[in-house]
Parts: sequence; C-alpha cells; structure tokens
Amino acid sequence: MPANGKVLIEVKGLRKAFGDNEVLKGIDTTVCEGEVIAIVGPSGCGKSTFLRSLNLLEVPTGGQILFEGVDITDKSVNINKMREKIGMVFQQFNLFPNMTVKENIMLAPVRLKIMSKEEASKKADELLKRIGLLDKADARPQQLSGGQQQRIAIIRSLAMNPDVMLFDEPTSALDPEMVGEVLSLMKDLAESGMTMMIVTHEMGFAREVADRVFFINDGVIQEENTPQEFFANPKNPRLKEFLSKVL
Amino acid sequence: MVLEFSKKSVLRSFILVLAAFLLISIIVSPAAAADGGFIDKIYDTLIEDDRYQYLLTGLQNTLIITFFSLILGLVLGSLIAVVRTVHDMKGKLKLLNLIARGYLTVIRGTPVLIQLLIIYFVIFASVDVALVPVAIVAFGLNSAAYIAEIIRAGINSVPKGQFEAGSSLGLPFAITMITIIIPQAIKNILPALCNEGIVLLKETSISGYIGLVDLTKGGDIIRSQTFEAFIPYILVALIYLTVVVILTYFVKKLEVKLNAS
Repeated sequence: MPANGKVLIEVKGLRKAFGDNEVLKGIDTTVCEGEVIAIVGPSGCGKSTFLRSLNLLEVPTGGQILFEGVDITDKSVNINKMREKIGMVFQQFNLFPNMTVKENIMLAPVRLKIMSKEEASKKADELLKRIGLLDKADARPQQLSGGQQQRIAIIRSLAMNPDVMLFDEPTSALDPEMVGEVLSLMKDLAESGMTMMIVTHEMGFAREVADRVFFINDGVIQEENTPQEFFANPKNPRLKEFLSKVL
Repeated sequence: MVLEFSKKSVLRSFILVLAAFLLISIIVSPAAAADGGFIDKIYDTLIEDDRYQYLLTGLQNTLIITFFSLILGLVLGSLIAVVRTVHDMKGKLKLLNLIARGYLTVIRGTPVLIQLLIIYFVIFASVDVALVPVAIVAFGLNSAAYIAEIIRAGINSVPKGQFEAGSSLGLPFAITMITIIIPQAIKNILPALCNEGIVLLKETSISGYIGLVDLTKGGDIIRSQTFEAFIPYILVALIYLTVVVILTYFVKKLEVKLNAS
C-alpha cells in the first residue's frame, strides 16, 4: 500500500449470503487512491460478489463499505450518486444495443446533468480518439468485435470521471486475440493513476500491473501481497495449490 | 398463434381465401337459384332497405371498440407491469403488487363474455350509459391483464446485465428503465402485442350480447331479416380477415423498421 495514499475505500467485515449460502464471510481491506488491485481466486470463491458489493449491485448482508468516508451500505445514502464515482466494467461488456457507440458514452453524463450535450459529445470524441475508434462513433455495438466493445465499455465508464474503476473479469468473454488490446488499455489507465480493482484470471497482467494482489477463497481474503511476493513466495497452502494450477 | 409468417405469405393466403369464397359462391349459387339466384341474394343482403348500413355501422363500432380498448389496455397494462416489475426488482409496492396479482387472476381466470355481462348488467345497471363506452371499458380491462403480462415478460427478456450497466453508471431506476430496458423490451414484445390487438378485434364479436351492433351483430341482424345466412356471415368473416391482414401488414413494416434501428 502506498504510504502517502489517501484511503478511498474501506471495507469492514463485509458479508453476503444468498439464502443459506454465505458467499462472503467477513472481508476487511483498505484501498488507497491510485492503487491497482488484482483479485484472484478459484471460481465460486466470491471474488465477483465482493467486487459487485462495492457498488451495491449485490447488497451486503453484513459489514460496512466506506467509499470516500461515506458508508454506502447505509440505506439513507443515495447510492446512485455514489455509483457516479464508481465505474464498472463487466465480463459481457453490457453495451446498450439500442444506442450507437457515442450515445452509449453520452447517456449517463447527459441524463445525470453532469455535462451538457456538447460537453459530453466532445468528451466522447476525445475518449474514442484515445482508443482509436472515433470512426465507430455512429456504429451499433453489435457491429463491433468483442475487444472493441469492451474498450468502449471502459471509456463509457471513464466518461463519468469516476474515482475508481471496478473490472469484473473484463477479458474472460473475449477471443484470445482480443485480450491484448483490452489489457493494454487497462494498463494505460493504471499508469495514468486511476484507482482500479480487477477480478481477473490474467496472472501475467496481475503481476505486471497490480500494486497488490488479493487471493480470495472461501469468502475471505486469505492472502494479500505485492505481486512479487504473492507469486514468488505464496504463504497460504490454498494459494500455493491455486498458483500451481494456473501458472 | 403469433403472426410470424411473412408479408407475402399473408397476402397469398388472403388471396387464396378470396378465391375459395368465390368458388364456394359459384357452387352454392345453383342451389340458391331455385329461390331467386345468387345476385338476388346479394341484393337482398346488402342493397334492399340499405342493409349494408348494418355492416358499416357494425364495422365502425368494432374498430372503435378495438382501438380504444387497446389504448385503455396499454395504459392500464403498462401500469400493472410497472408495479409488478418494481416489486420483483426492488421489493417495493407490496400492497399494489398484491392488488395487481389479484386483478390478473380474476380477469384471466374468467371468460371475457361474463366480464362484459357483469360490467353492463351489474356494474352499469343503474346508470344510463351508451353501449360502446361500456364495451370499451370491458374489453380494455380485460386486455390490460394480458398486455401487462406481455410487457412484464418483455422487460424480463432483456438481459440483467443491461440493467446492471445502467445502474452502475449511476442512472436511477426510472431512467434506466425508460432509456435502456423499455426500448429493448418493445422490440421483443411487438409481435405479441400485435397478436393481442388481433385477438381483441375478434373478441369484440361478442358485443352483441349487450345489444350493441358490432360487425358480427350487424351480419346477424341481416340474417334475421333475409333468412339467408351464408352471404352475411361469410361477408362478416371476410371483413374481419381483411382488417387483420391490413393490421398485420403495418405491424410487419414497423417491426422491420425497429429491427433496422
């Protein structure tokens, strides 16, 4: 954790159960501004549920999530206002097929009156230019490749100027040859200082880009460390076993 | 049931039916010739005493009832669908949802004819009210139940990720629904809605039970005056068919346009 970092997210005793099935069994952690966190673990371990709890797509059954000092699990908090500052990228891209690429990007900033139409249009053009897809502004998402769709999903979130970006297995639904373009955009983003939390199976990417790596298993963070230590000297036996399978 | 056949095949089958009607007419006409001939019968059915007026008035009433009950059904059905969806997705509106579910159970669990009779002879019994509005209310209340479930199914057919993507951008529930979910749902439910309109058009043929002259009743009145059943009933059937074919044509056009966008 960067010593000079300002705390952005603080998670205390986070629990989530679906009926009798407790998926998160008390997660505690702190994320500072500008940090890049990779979250790995076996499937079904709760890593996606953890990430989705951070913007309340999954409503926790216990514990607290402080985002910029505000407990977002408090029912009196306007969660929509908080979500404006928490971008999210999904495995299935989830671009809106009833809109053009540019309309996808402009929708939230304009509808939420964060920008005027002209400002949002300018911002969308800038972002599209940055990923080299300005010529696709008027295309429909369905006409684009998976890699292009995911990169547009990322800049759609960026258009809101979020303070943190959550990535839920952003490359898992992509054809292998498209994984690179998405990871390289994410790397750019990390280098520009964006706070990021990434659930991923891309161990190479985690090692290269992350400041810290979390290993979630059985609903808790069983190990967290710098990528060097995490991959070279895993301590938890379950992590050792996991790494021996995926590396 | 859903009209999934193409424009061309609808047109082709329509022409086929017309041809069949002419053929049957020619076969039947020698038998009818004994008492006056086919042309005379058509004259009796339509021209004498301006009997065609029954069919015209009937068709007009049928179309008015169908159109306005469809509007009423869409408005009320959308409201019910919103209540049910908000309840299912956010756990709110418990009481309204209970009422809506009760409404759907009763309306979908009883024949529309009984509903029409109850609304006219029980609910509006002591009020002096025109027949057409009564029919509009009865058929509108009925189709609202079916339309509500069509709309709800349409909303459910949009992948959950679409809603999550809208929410994660900070869009409130209502804006997510209006800008993202409903436009996608409409595309999915248009064939079913069109089908509901066509079912409704045909269902209004029971309006005669409350003494209303709709298209069916119009043909029936002519039959009772001329004692000739074949021509008026076949004509009535052909008119229904024509309206349905025209409606289907326009909905297909709309669908193609929606799919392109």
